[in-house]
Amino acid sequence: MKNIKVYGPGCKRCDATEAMIKDAATKLGIEVAIEKVSDARAIAMAGVMSTPGIAIDGKLVHAGGLPDATKLGQWLSA
Amino acid sequence: MSVETPEALPPRGAPDWLWYLGVASIGLALYLVYGQLIPFSEWATALFPVARHSHSGEAIAFFLYDVPKVLLLLTGIVFVTGVLRSWFSPEKTRAILAGKRQIWGYPLAAFLGVLTPFCSCSSVPLFIGFVSAGIPLGVTFSFLIAGPMVGPVGLGLLYGLVGWKIATIYLVFGFSIATLAGFVMGRMGLERYLQDWVREMNAGPVGDLPEERLTLVDRLKIGVEQVREIVGKVWIWVLVGIGIGAAIHGYVPEAMMLKIMGGEAWWSVPAAVVVGVPMYTNAAGVIPIVEALLGKGAALGTALAFMMSVIALSLPEMIILKQVLTYRLIGIFIAVVAAGILATGYLFNFLL
Repeated sequence: MKNIKVYGPGCKRCDATEAMIKDAATKLGIEVAIEKVSDARAIAMAGVMSTPGIAIDGKLVHAGGLPDATKLGQWLSA
Repeated sequence: MSVETPEALPPRGAPDWLWYLGVASIGLALYLVYGQLIPFSEWATALFPVARHSHSGEAIAFFLYDVPKVLLLLTGIVFVTGVLRSWFSPEKTRAILAGKRQIWGYPLAAFLGVLTPFCSCSSVPLFIGFVSAGIPLGVTFSFLIAGPMVGPVGLGLLYGLVGWKIATIYLVFGFSIATLAGFVMGRMGLERYLQDWVREMNAGPVGDLPEERLTLVDRLKIGVEQVREIVGKVWIWVLVGIGIGAAIHGYVPEAMMLKIMGGEAWWSVPAAVVVGVPMYTNAAGVIPIVEALLGKGAALGTALAFMMSVIALSLPEMIILKQVLTYRLIGIFIAVVAAGILATGYLFNFLL
């Protein structure tokens, strides 16, 4: 079970990112719990400056723009 | 089980050579189409049951010429900008600017503001990220003003629609305003007017984000993605802007334009700024309007002031920044930038 946080103020790309993560996780058969963080303060506290940002199990792996599907798979299975 | 799990994901898609070939041939095709816009717009205008040099004929011809022209230019600029900006990120920019307290931190911030990809929806985390890393408030403002003010979309369209001279003037003055406004605000010691929680915040643990290695094809993909996203979002503003531009071009009498936006009326520059602030559009939407205004004899200073205030001082942006700035600081921000815009407007109206 991986805890994933998606940081973003709630723009379209943040929803798309969440969908991509769910998709990749299902394909890889990995169980994930996704939490969306939209509070500006919490986003900044996590060290994210460009959204959407992704943290997996507390580790920031991506910030700014949609993630690459291949890389997303690598992060999830790492 | 020897197969690695990422294999389950779809393959990378088209081979690299196809990307290079595709981008090159689409670029060439768009360039060739761009050369045919005048014959096309004249031909299409002739299909309408109006005399070519009547008011309606002029407006229709303006619209039919500008719509494909602006959309083509926009596509090209957004693509090239998207690819170039893939070498920059807010995180890298922050690392460069942190600790630059010297005077040239301001122009450097303005320069990076133009090159760093960021959308206004993440300007709050970006602002906090900068300030909490010890980047002076004034330098942060230089960065935030320059981004929209001298964005490549505005400059490229200005170049294509109004000519290189005015585009260059705009670049020089827009850049100067961003630099000087940041400098002035830096001198004013405004840190106490940040929202309390921003002042108390310490830098987030940035720096442990592994840098993503991108191939050239990855960067081209980013360019295409940017075109899809930005052109897909702003085309409606482009149509509205060109519609207004066409109406001005076709129907507004020159004498009236000279009276309202000519260099003689002293109040025309501040009026242009005041009208520009609540206008919610973007560079791509406002430049066709400016093109029509200039074509009808509006003074250059007035037109520049209008364009700058529409692009650099927007209400939605202020509302977003309200989360981190007090009203007082927002007021100072608007006043300083508006002063720079007014000075630019008056300077050109007096010079020309």
